[in-house]
Amino acid sequence: MTRTAKFRVWRGDASDGALKDYNIEVNEGEVVLDVIHRLQATQTPDLAVRWNCKAGKCGSCSAEINGRPRLMCMTRMNTFTDEETITVTPLRAFPVIRDLVTNVSFNYKKALEIPAFAGPAHLKPGEYRMEQIDVERSQEFRKCIECFLCQDTCHVIRDHEENKEAFAGPRFFIRLAELDMHPLDTLDRKRAAQEDHGLGMCNITKCCTEVCPEHIKITDNAIIPMKERVVDVKYDPVRWLGSKIRRREGL
Amino acid sequence: MRAMGILMSGTMTTPGRAKIAARHLRTDKWWVQPLITVAVLVSFIIYSTWRAFENAHYFVEPYVSPFYSPCLATSCVEGSSDLGQPFGSWWTFSPSLIILLFPLGFRMTCYYYRKAYYRAFWQSPPACAVAEPHKTYTGETRQPLILQNAHRWFFYAGLIFNVILTYDAILAFKNSEGEWGHMQVGTLVLLANATFLWLYSLSCHTCRHTVGGRLKHFSKHPVRYKLWTKISELNHHHPKFAWISLIGVALADFYVRSVSTGFITDLQIF
Amino acid sequence: MTEIERHSFDVVVIGAGGAGLRAAVEARAAGLRTAIICKSLFGKAHTVMAEGGIAAAMGNVNSKDNWQVHFRDTMRGGKFLNNFRMAELHAKEAPDRVWELETWGALFDRTKEGKISQRNFGGHEYPRLAHVGDRTGLELIRTMQQAIVSLQQKDAVEFGDAEARIKVFAETTITEIIKDGDRAAGAFGYIRETGNLILFEAPAIVIAAGGIGKSFKVTSNSWEGTGDGHALALKAGGKLVDMEFVQFHPTGMVWPPSVRGILVTESVRGDGGVLRNSEGRRFMFDYIPEVFKEKYAQSEEEGDRWYADPDNNRRPPELLPRDEVARAINSEVKAGRGSPHGGVFLDVSTRLAPDVIKKKLPSMWHQFKELADVDITTQAMEVGPTCHYVMGGILVDPDTGAASGVPGLFAAGESAGGMHGSNRLGGNSLSDLLVFGRRAGAGAVAYFQSLSGNTPKVSDASITKASDHALAPLRNPGGENPYTIQADLQQVTNDLVGIIRTKSELEESLSKLKGFRARLANITCPGGSAFNSGWHLALDLENMLLVSDCIAHAALIREESRGGHTREDFPKMSAEWRKFNLVSHFTNGEVAVEKLALPEMRDELLNLFDIEELGKYMTPEELTRHSKGANA
Ligand SMILES: Cc1cc2nc3c(=O)[nH]c(=O)nc-3n(C[C@H](O)[C@H](O)[C@H](O)COP(=O)(O)OP(=O)(O)OC[C@H]3O[C@@H](n4cnc5c(N)ncnc54)[C@H](O)[C@@H]3O)c2cc1C
Ligand code: SF4
Ligand code: SF4
Ligand code: FES
Ligand code: FES
Repeated sequence: MTRTAKFRVWRGDASDGALKDYNIEVNEGEVVLDVIHRLQATQTPDLAVRWNCKAGKCGSCSAEINGRPRLMCMTRMNTFTDEETITVTPLRAFPVIRDLVTNVSFNYKKALEIPAFAGPAHLKPGEYRMEQIDVERSQEFRKCIECFLCQDTCHVIRDHEENKEAFAGPRFFIRLAELDMHPLDTLDRKRAAQEDHGLGMCNITKCCTEVCPEHIKITDNAIIPMKERVVDVKYDPVRWLGSKIRRREGL
Repeated sequence: MRAMGILMSGTMTTPGRAKIAARHLRTDKWWVQPLITVAVLVSFIIYSTWRAFENAHYFVEPYVSPFYSPCLATSCVEGSSDLGQPFGSWWTFSPSLIILLFPLGFRMTCYYYRKAYYRAFWQSPPACAVAEPHKTYTGETRQPLILQNAHRWFFYAGLIFNVILTYDAILAFKNSEGEWGHMQVGTLVLLANATFLWLYSLSCHTCRHTVGGRLKHFSKHPVRYKLWTKISELNHHHPKFAWISLIGVALADFYVRSVSTGFITDLQIF
Repeated sequence: MTEIERHSFDVVVIGAGGAGLRAAVEARAAGLRTAIICKSLFGKAHTVMAEGGIAAAMGNVNSKDNWQVHFRDTMRGGKFLNNFRMAELHAKEAPDRVWELETWGALFDRTKEGKISQRNFGGHEYPRLAHVGDRTGLELIRTMQQAIVSLQQKDAVEFGDAEARIKVFAETTITEIIKDGDRAAGAFGYIRETGNLILFEAPAIVIAAGGIGKSFKVTSNSWEGTGDGHALALKAGGKLVDMEFVQFHPTGMVWPPSVRGILVTESVRGDGGVLRNSEGRRFMFDYIPEVFKEKYAQSEEEGDRWYADPDNNRRPPELLPRDEVARAINSEVKAGRGSPHGGVFLDVSTRLAPDVIKKKLPSMWHQFKELADVDITTQAMEVGPTCHYVMGGILVDPDTGAASGVPGLFAAGESAGGMHGSNRLGGNSLSDLLVFGRRAGAGAVAYFQSLSGNTPKVSDASITKASDHALAPLRNPGGENPYTIQADLQQVTNDLVGIIRTKSELEESLSKLKGFRARLANITCPGGSAFNSGWHLALDLENMLLVSDCIAHAALIREESRGGHTREDFPKMSAEWRKFNLVSHFTNGEVAVEKLALPEMRDELLNLFDIEELGKYMTPEELTRHSKGANA
């Protein structure tokens, strides 16, 4: 079941680079990362590629395969025809370091900008009580393996570098949603999502959801619910009035 | 200039990124989806505009076309006004234009249609990982797009329309003589139309948010949680309902028009 | 000399897995300036792959559970070779470490009362593993990562600089611990991205660099598991204990070849998966060892009943400790009763409904669907043993994590040894990381404070030596390709030091391993130093070889079978051998192994066990210390 496949891999660094063609052996059951590794071991020992788990769990091996953001370790070779040339390029929304490796520090910077979970001060460790149905929504978002494919595909920053300042990106919208839906988080994430993290720049075109290898429903379950929550506090005069009155009565 | 815009867009020229000249490297037919969207939406817009201005053939006992219900002006054909004619006689345009704003606004601000037309018409982006042709992008942060946040008001209005169109479907259990207890193919058409509209509205993201999505603790609101899970299931199919109900409305109108002009005969079931 | 980036910290933590991050939090909490160094990106450490759960006797599901029961299970699992003090601290402190995670935002699965849910796992008497579906490691690493970020946010407010007191150096590999006299003085390495060399001066260094699985061909470990921590300590004058004990997880994927070794979590069995051979027989019933006879079901019916009614039935033998299950699978395959691709069948579809499987084992479902085209809700998986975990590691003081022999050096997590004895129970690693990560961090703080300014210095000579060493493969033209050497090395360990060992094969392995030294000295890595994977591998290979050497040496000396060490020529467990650990040193360029007496359990801990049970492991003289043993 061994065959030879045509690969086209981007080689280069920040200064320059190009797509290079390789013919390389492929065995039954292999994924793109296996082939890249074989390339490393036999033809291009210095080919730079990031990977860790090879099981879709760590989110290291993100790249673009035939123009689509994907995990190399989860892209099976039998999804391509024998004749097809398989093009592998680095993530295009981030600065390239070398070959298939990009500088993803943007994402770590954004992570730092979102205030951490703030639990209730009166509960000591071991005293937290949460119902399963109340944690499930946030648990979906915590499946995120930080592959940053969603960040890479999001046109807001992919096509507009200048938006990186103001826009946290889908990975961090699910983080905000996770915290806002966390049954014991005490901070209000809604206004911040709109005013500090650029939620309004998302035009819900759903590319993030399309590429997420964890199948997190980023748009439907995080971004749109957050947009609705933002409307609650910022753009809905009736609810705004309601909350004022309720607060008054609560006194 | 347009071509310049395409060349200038971010992906290809941002310093530091991998220098890849191609606007995208996708090998699949990514342009099919936006093309279909454009085709369907443009057809609908042409048809509905024509019909809205036609100002005729929207009522034939016992049916009123969904494009004209409720018919609120004095010029309305007798029998088509469920809610009276508060607009009186000063309204001289087609009565369809009075109400059109609401379903139009509802669909324009719908989260799903936004995705569809941002991609297909505005090309922002045309497909995932395909560069968009615009130099700058601010999303929904400014006028006019910030108005998308008004979706919930259109949703509420949509519910009222659903009630009216359901009422119209019930009226369709009359026959052409106005006698109750009958059913024609047209009855089924209006019933189906109302059903699709309900499915579209109930599966709406705002609806999902309102019934339970906004809660922090589901466990404290078991009934709303139950509702939320049901609505969430529907919500999953929202895009499908969006298209079915859109085409459904046009077909219902077309049916009423066809019966009204005598183009087809409305078959009696009982 | 090439330009070298220099940094100075109070505490340097090598490793950003669960152990390293917990140590760093502790050091930073004491106000020390702390660096975290890791080979991969932040948040990708091996811990992220842990699936099943984290063991802690919280008693949320079965209130009979407590630290004493957990302690007993741990000792039993390790066949009483564990460092008792570590097992004791671990059992006592694990619940606090888990609860602490919740206050940092972790969201474990819940019980009906809203507490943290706990699941069954091999060797644990009660449901004990806190979990999130089958991605517990991800939850742990993300929570710790976010805890670090929250500390940085506080520093940003206080000092105007998020990295004022805790800084992460991702994709940076340490190649050497530098000493001043006998004390640790710094850590030297390179930055993967640029290939630039980097020096961290720090009096206190915590090694939390994970495991060694990559020394073997079939392994569940990622490329990071090259035994760097073990080798760094060894080369710096530290000692490694229990290196002969390597855990082969019974259930790794066997097909397709490219994913061979990838883990199939034990929760598959904990939640009802059964093992069958090609004849359809649930063969585990044939492999219940004498010491466990009373604790496991003797019939399929009883085993099946246990899932619903654990109080009145005994557990099925699929949940025996890992070494037993791995050996059983190995025997079945050898006897010709294996599956088509050389494993056995593991099936959950017969007992659980498809939607339950998808909910309880989402990432397993995903993994098999995407990598093997197998739908586990209707089909059986093919599984076989895979190298998973090393029980052996740096010899440390149980309470402080201080590495024996090198003041200033600390170790925790998989890099440290002793806690798990000859075999680790599932779920005991994640808790180990947190309990001893915290302790090692605290140990480093106390050590730093005790120095009161008398800090060690890094000499220029030692920097030159370290940098020459690191750059050698780049400067050497015309030598051998590192990838070939790696494949050959893995083949040797796999064939000769694997799951079943014999004297002759071990001797052969030692002589073959010797041959690799010359090959390593003549390695060549074309290309520059910037993100050059070949060069990285060349440097890792040295560590893999050193670790393999220790394993083979120790395995040859221990003439008995126990836990993760099975000798075909000495198939029985020996009570005499239980009294010793084997400790590896590295002196004058050679690995040497010697016996070290195992610390004796305190009486009150000894008395937690039935004397009959202890009789299976201990010599009659040792039993006299038991409260029932005096007159026996
Ligand atoms: C597939 C799988 C599933 C598992 N499931 C479970 C489970 O369910 N329950 C359980 O308790 N245990 C489980 N384990 C075991 C457990 O995950 C590991 O033992 C544990 O995560 C090790 O953690 P650690 O902190 O010691 O090191 P790791 O998480 O391995 O991290 C090591 C760190 O050290 C860094 N490092 C290594 N070398 C260097 C160097 N030279 N320079 C700089 N940095 C370096 C690495 O980059 C990394 O950041 C599982 C293991 C595997 C492989
Ligand atoms: S839905 Fe929003 S966040 Fe997601 S890719 Fe599109 S614009 Fe970006
Ligand atoms: S949300 Fe999905 S696509 Fe985005 S980083 Fe997380 S796992 Fe990757
Ligand atoms: S290598 Fe971990 S996700 Fe691909
Ligand atoms: S109608 Fe589509 S989201 Fe509301």
